[in-house]
Formats: sequence, structure tokens, C-alpha cells
Amino acid sequence: MSKNNSEYLIERNDNVYEVVIGLEVHAQVTSNSKLFSSSSTKFGAEPNTQVSLVDAAFPGMLPVINEFCVKQAIKTGIGLRAKINNKSVFDRKNYFYADLPQGYQISQYKYPIVGEGNVILDMPEGQKQVGIERLHLEQDAGKSIHDIDPSNTLVDLNRSGVALMEIVSKPDLRSPDEVNAYIKKLRSIMRYLGTCDGNMQEGSLRADVNVSVRIKGSKDLGTRCEIKNVNSIKFMQLAIIYEANRQVDLIEEGQEIDQETRLFDTKKNETRSMRSKEDAHDYRYFPDPDLLPLQVTDEFIDKLKSEIPELPDDKKKRFIDEFKVSPYDATILVSDIDTAKYFEEVVAKMGKNRDMKLAVNWITGELFAVLNQKNIEIAQSPISAKNLAKLINLIKNGTISGKIAKTIFELMLDGDIDPQIIVEEKGLKQESDPKALEALIDKIINDNREKAIEYKQGKEKLFGFFVGQAMKASGGKANPQLINEILKKKL
Amino acid sequence: MSEITSLTLYELIKNIKEKKISSNEAAKSFVDRAEKSKKINAYVTENFENCLKLSKEFDDKPNFHLKLPGIPIAVKDLFCTNEVRTTAGSNILNNFVPTYESTVTQNIWNEGGILLGKLNCDEFAMGSSNETSFFGNVQNPIAEDLVPGGSSGGSSAALAANLTPVTIGTDTGGSIRQPASFTGTVGLKPTYGSCSRYGIVAFASSLDQAGPMSKDVKDSSILLEVISSFDKKDSTSIDFKRNNYSSELTRNIKGLKIGIPKEYRVDGMPDEIEKLWKKGIEYAKDCGAEIIDISLPHTSYALPTYYIVAPAEASSNLARYDGVKYGLRSSGKNLIDMYEKTRSEGFGEEVKRRIMIGTYVLSSGYYDAYYLKAQKVRQLIKQDFDQAYNKVDAILTPSTPSSAFKIGEKSNDPVSMYLNDIFTVPVNLAGLPGISIPAGVDKNNYPLGLQIIGKPFDEQTVLNIAYSMEEKINYKNNITDWWMK
Repeated sequence: MSKNNSEYLIERNDNVYEVVIGLEVHAQVTSNSKLFSSSSTKFGAEPNTQVSLVDAAFPGMLPVINEFCVKQAIKTGIGLRAKINNKSVFDRKNYFYADLPQGYQISQYKYPIVGEGNVILDMPEGQKQVGIERLHLEQDAGKSIHDIDPSNTLVDLNRSGVALMEIVSKPDLRSPDEVNAYIKKLRSIMRYLGTCDGNMQEGSLRADVNVSVRIKGSKDLGTRCEIKNVNSIKFMQLAIIYEANRQVDLIEEGQEIDQETRLFDTKKNETRSMRSKEDAHDYRYFPDPDLLPLQVTDEFIDKLKSEIPELPDDKKKRFIDEFKVSPYDATILVSDIDTAKYFEEVVAKMGKNRDMKLAVNWITGELFAVLNQKNIEIAQSPISAKNLAKLINLIKNGTISGKIAKTIFELMLDGDIDPQIIVEEKGLKQESDPKALEALIDKIINDNREKAIEYKQGKEKLFGFFVGQAMKASGGKANPQLINEILKKKL
Repeated sequence: MSEITSLTLYELIKNIKEKKISSNEAAKSFVDRAEKSKKINAYVTENFENCLKLSKEFDDKPNFHLKLPGIPIAVKDLFCTNEVRTTAGSNILNNFVPTYESTVTQNIWNEGGILLGKLNCDEFAMGSSNETSFFGNVQNPIAEDLVPGGSSGGSSAALAANLTPVTIGTDTGGSIRQPASFTGTVGLKPTYGSCSRYGIVAFASSLDQAGPMSKDVKDSSILLEVISSFDKKDSTSIDFKRNNYSSELTRNIKGLKIGIPKEYRVDGMPDEIEKLWKKGIEYAKDCGAEIIDISLPHTSYALPTYYIVAPAEASSNLARYDGVKYGLRSSGKNLIDMYEKTRSEGFGEEVKRRIMIGTYVLSSGYYDAYYLKAQKVRQLIKQDFDQAYNKVDAILTPSTPSSAFKIGEKSNDPVSMYLNDIFTVPVNLAGLPGISIPAGVDKNNYPLGLQIIGKPFDEQTVLNIAYSMEEKINYKNNITDWWMK
């Protein structure tokens, strides 16, 4: 297994296996109210405080489609370069469970709102296109809580009826790394669109992972197992690795793989059988007679198309073309909408004499390090884009050195202080007066005559010593470029 | 006072408006009569005290501009009524008190109607004789031990016994028209989408429709005007221009073309039904209508289609009665055990039978052969009507293949019971308006009804034909108040 690409192969005896992965991602639609009722969807409310008569399935209550959720699904479909279906149908998926008040989930089975599309992944070895099979709208269920009361299961219906988009990929993914890239790309696109916040801790993004293995080069798909409801990328990757190896082991032992639904045990890092194909539920899907088929006109879709913001792939291309950012840096900058926004604001505030390389390095270097360390998002950055742009400009116009800039950056963290003010208050302005620097360097050469002679005799690494002395003498404020030039001349 | 209860709705409104009768006097009359009519078993839940109180409040501050000024009205117990128990005739909702009001009943209260109480019906409206109700059989006021029809059996009986001036039922396969026919009263099932289903306990969502039941056609037109409304809370509600049905009501139907479908001459249909139909045709001609023979070729498939579609939807609609949130809960060892015990004890035999049928026809491997096929046939039945309406304005048929039968006579033979709906079911499958009006009696002097089926949203024509024929037929129930003796 080489690590400079994303390939994932399993070798057993003389056989090389590849893993085939398809994902069913459940993404919570960003919407103030639920798919078929006006209850709030706010996360973290007291149990059963956001439940309408419709959500709790009281007798005679009827679902009424939330147009905003429909728009969100269509926008997401556009972001996935997918076909938007003018007609889609809501079906009932029938099963009994305590947190499913209606006794059925309203979902789209035969006729989803969004058809085939695709997503581009930026992998180390280049771009990879992953097919999207479909996207459909459905209701979330409530939550059963088994560990509060010793003898009863408690039910919280706050989530009951919340709109989900189920995004089904084609079986195009081949490795845990690709799954990572795929989830991140999906999340990125939806965050750009404002259709799903992608918050995995709050359960806004979960996935069922379909895994099968086959001899590398084979065209046939192996028997797949579905790992239900995995809620982090790391767990998805661990589950895939475990499951793929389990399947390869079975094949190597000459056994058959049962098509089944499995659960991932996050404590033991293994998958366990949940139910076999024979035990699979018969959901008795049929069109929900309480809802008419959902019809959307081309005009309706076109209007939504016109509202779509610049998406990551286009933004990346523009960053490369317009800002001359490297493809690698561009990928990082556009991966998250808030990062891209931050970067663009820095660029705008830098003005005419902007330095893209400096901007990219400061954002992906110093700023990311601080964000990581503080475990916060760029939207909560302690340093505003405006002030970071100022700092970069101070470097660019020679007011301060890169080294001083790092000191100033640290000081700026404490309340987003204007770097200009720090420079003035602390007297950190770079010494760029050649005459003053010449005097300073003359003194250093005088004080270190022997070393100067050694340098002249060919001990070139002593140059660094003189630079260091000059910087020290100036209190770090000397313009390093000028120091270099003067030293070269004088020595 | 006794004659107050025998007034038609129109007469009662007139008397109240002219201050000859107060709302409270009317309420008292109906309550008094109901107290003497317990044997009918029309009521599941009485709202008498509250009705008397509200009628007094109306009299203190009357508003005679309302369409139902201070009129006491009892309704089928399938309509959810705020703070008044709503059972759907089932043990599983025995203790259920809604905190909300159905749109249809709200429309009635908004126009000045006052709730008298909740009327008995077949459990979840599944039945044709009111015998599946958890709350016992209802007596047909026509004769002792005769069923009042179903599922709106409490409604038809209350109406015929003068326990309410007018009432509302729901009709999924004939549940308004058949009981009307069995009790010598008028029952109208409006076009699907006319009356909101919001707050009505669902049986089969694509077929259920609320409608008026009354002593005469004019009363149905008054009540339809009140209950028919577009409602955003029901996605299948239709926003069309509704007539002022009562003021536009006319007996002038000259030149209207009325179709007689040959396929409704079913095998084994009693002679008296055939005769009644012929008589009806003569009445229609007398009224100035033109009679045209038509064909509705897929009629014979309607009943089997209905008994796939309706149970399929019901099996899913009734899944919510699981003991978790409201209604009956039996204790069990675990969740599944609780479900099984709750639903075993909560549902009656007929409901269980239909849940089983519905679950079966939706199961994978059977879906295409049953449910999908039934949906296709349903389209063909609808097309039959569409084609017929190229030639005619309305269709005249018998309402039922027989008159009311004895309690217990058919309760062990579900198929024979289902056959009761043979003339009414196609109308629901096609979503059309249909009315049953009393048109004669059989050899036992039990009432028989004729059905007029109209074009979609053309309730006005249906009402006009019924209004015109009603005058010619001049039917009067002969009810002896035998249950009071």
C-alpha cells in the first residue's frame, strides 16, 4: 500500500482485492421548519418541545409540504450537477417503531426529486469523478433513548419530521481516502449552497456505507454489505477497512458473503450483523395518498439556478486563473466556504499591491495553526481578514520583517488588534535606512575582525553569523534584505 | 315542543331568524328527545350540557347573519372535536380527546352551529351496518332490529329519528349514501377535494370525503355551502369556485341529460330495485330531463378495486394507533408485545380483517398484482365516467342493491356485506359527487334510495336534479317512535 496516492488494496496470498464503496448520505436540510409541519428544527431543545400534532401523528392530521425544503433539495441537486425531476412522488415506507409516530416514514422511493449527477474529488493522483445516483427528500424519525430509565424506553420527537436529503452515490468509491474526500466535498458543496450545515456532531450528516470487494481488475460487483448509520468520517473509514478485510478473509476461506445489514461498533472498531437479507423489512412502499405528486416547473428550477452561488470547483478555477494561486493551495482555500470567504476578503483588503503568496501562506500556515490549536472554525477567527490583510501589507511594503510579523501576529490574537497600532506602540517598525544599517554593520565587522577574515578566506557559513549579529543589534527590526546586501558589500 | 325536532334545517333556521324559536328551545327539544331515544344508541358521546349552555349564549347575543344561527347539530364521531372525545367507533380511541378541531366541523361552528354530540359509526368507518362499532349496534328508526346502514349509521339514525336537524357523515365507499338510503333520508358525498379532510380520522385517504346528511335536498345544499372549503392544511383540498348551493338551488332541470348505465343492472338485483330505478327514470323525465342510455364498462371491477385500495391505505393509516402516544395502551413485556396486545384489544374484527388485506396487497411480490393493478383499474373506472360525461350531465342509479337488513343478518358474511356498496363505490374511486335521495319503499315498507352522480365539482347540478325529483317523488318517512314505547 503506497501512501502517495489514495489507492487501497488488500493482498491475500496471491490475490489483490479492491474495495467497492457506495454511500447513502443522509443530510439534514437547513430549514427553520420541518418537511411537513411548521415545528422548529432547532438543535438541542428540551425533549418533545418541537413537536406538532402532525409530527406526533395525531388522528386526522395531514402533511403539507414545506416549499423551502423542496427548494433546498433542488439547489443541492444543481450543486451536484444533477438532473432535477419535474415530477416526484412521496411514498410511505411502512414499519413500526416507537420513535416513528405515523407508523411510516414519508420518503421518495420510485420517483426522487433529483436524478443522476456527479461530484469531482481532488485526490493526490488527480481528479476523480464520483457518480450520484439520486437525491430524495424524506422525514427523519424521532429518537429512542434507552439509557435514562431502567425499564422504559423514552422517545424524543423533536427530530421527528425534520427534512433529510438522502444522497445516494454510485459504487464509484475505492478507498477510505476517497470516502473522506467525497464526504468533505459533499459537505463543502452543501455548505456553499446553505442547504445543509454538515455538522456531524449534531447528526446533520450521517451515512449508510455499502461495501463489497472484488479481485482488482474484475468488472463484476461482489456481494455487498450495508453498514448502517455511521456518523463520522473516521468511523466510516474504520468500518470500511474492517468490513473489506472481513469480506476478503471470507472469500479466501472459500466462503460466501451474505448480503446483510451490519452495524459498526465504535468501541471495538468492528462491524456486526444486524439483519440478513431474509430478515429484511418489507416496507410496503406505496404513494402517500395524503400528498399529491410534487410538480416543479422548469421556470421554478431556472430561478433557483440563478440563485446558486459560485461553487467550490468554479471558485478553485477562478482562484487559479485570477489570483495565480497554485492548484494545491486553491483546493485548500475553497474546501470550506468560510475559508474561501476569508481569503477573498483578505485579497480585497490587501488592495492593489497585493501579494497572493504571502496571503495564502499566512492563512494556511499561521492562521490555520491557531485555529487548530484553539479548535475553532475560521468564521470565529480571532484575527479578522481586514487586519490580516494589513499585516501582510506591512510585510509586503517592508515596514516589518516576516519575523517581526510573527510577533505582531501573536499580539493581534488578543482582541483582533490592528497590526499598524502594534507596530507603532511597540516601535517594531523595520529599520530600512541603509545609512543607519551601514553604521551598525561597520561596528559589528569591527568587533569581529577575525571572523570577517575567516569569511573572506572562504568560510562562507559565517555569513549567517553576521546576519544574526546585525539582527540582534537592531533588536530584530533590521530589514533582512538590506542587511544581506550591505554585508555582502562590506565583507 | 316536539314539532321543533321534526322541522327541516331550513324551517328551523327560518323560525330562529324570525325569533319564533330560540336556539336554546331548539337545543332543549333535541336533548329531550335524545334522552327518550337512548334505545337507538345513536350517540357515542353526548355534549348536551355544553350545547344548552352555548345555545343560551347564542340567544343572549344572537347573530342572525350566520348560515346556521344557533342550530344544534350532532356529527359523526369520526370528526375530531376540540375537547370532546373522538373515538371513530373504536376501543383504541376510547379515551381520546383531541385538542383540535376538524376543518369541516370548525366551518359549522363558525356559521353558528352548536355541537349536540358525537354519533355512532362503524369502527374507523369500516362497515355498512354500524355493527362494527365498539359502542354497539344502532337501531334504524324505521323498524326495530333493522340496521341503519353504515358507516355513518349513527348519523342516519339520528336524522331519521329527529335527534338532530341535520348531520355530517363521511363517505369512503358509500358511508353517507347507503345509510341515507336505508333510513329514508338524503346524503351527499361531494367531489373529492371539496371538503377538507383535516381533522377527520382517516380511513382511506384517497377516497374519504365528508358530506351533509339531511331530511331533504334543500338542507343538504345549505350544509354543503357551510362545510365545503379550500383548506391549505389538506394537500388534497382543491381550490375551485364553490357555488352558493342553497341560493342557486333550482327545480328547473329542463333539458339536462341524465345517463342510465346498463352495467348497474347487476345479477340477482331484486325486482323492487329494478322497479324503483324505472320509476326514477320516469320522475326524471317528468322533471324535464332527457334520458340517455350509457355504458360504464368497468363497473364490475369497482368493488374488487375498492377492496384493495381502501384496505391498503387503511393498513398504513391505522399504523399510528400503536399505544405509544395516545389512545388505548395495553401493557406488554416489550415494545412488540405492547403493540400486539394494544392492537389486538383495541381493534375489532372488521378493522383487523382490512389491515390484514391491506398489508397483504402492499407486500413485496404482491404489490404489482394487487395494489398497482387496482390503481390502473381505478383509472379505467374514472375514464368510464369521463367518457359518459361527454354525453350526459349526470347519472341516475339505485343507491343500494337492497333495503335495510336485520341486525346480525350479514355480520358473519363480509362479502355479502361488501356487496352493499356496489353502486356507491365507483363514485368514490372516480372522486365524483353523488347523492342518495329517498325514492320509495320495498315490500316491507323499508325505504329505498336513488343515486344521482355528477361531474367533478358539479354538486349544484346533482342537487338541482335531486331537488326537482324529490318534489315529484314526494317521499315521506313513516316513523312511529316505536323505541319510546
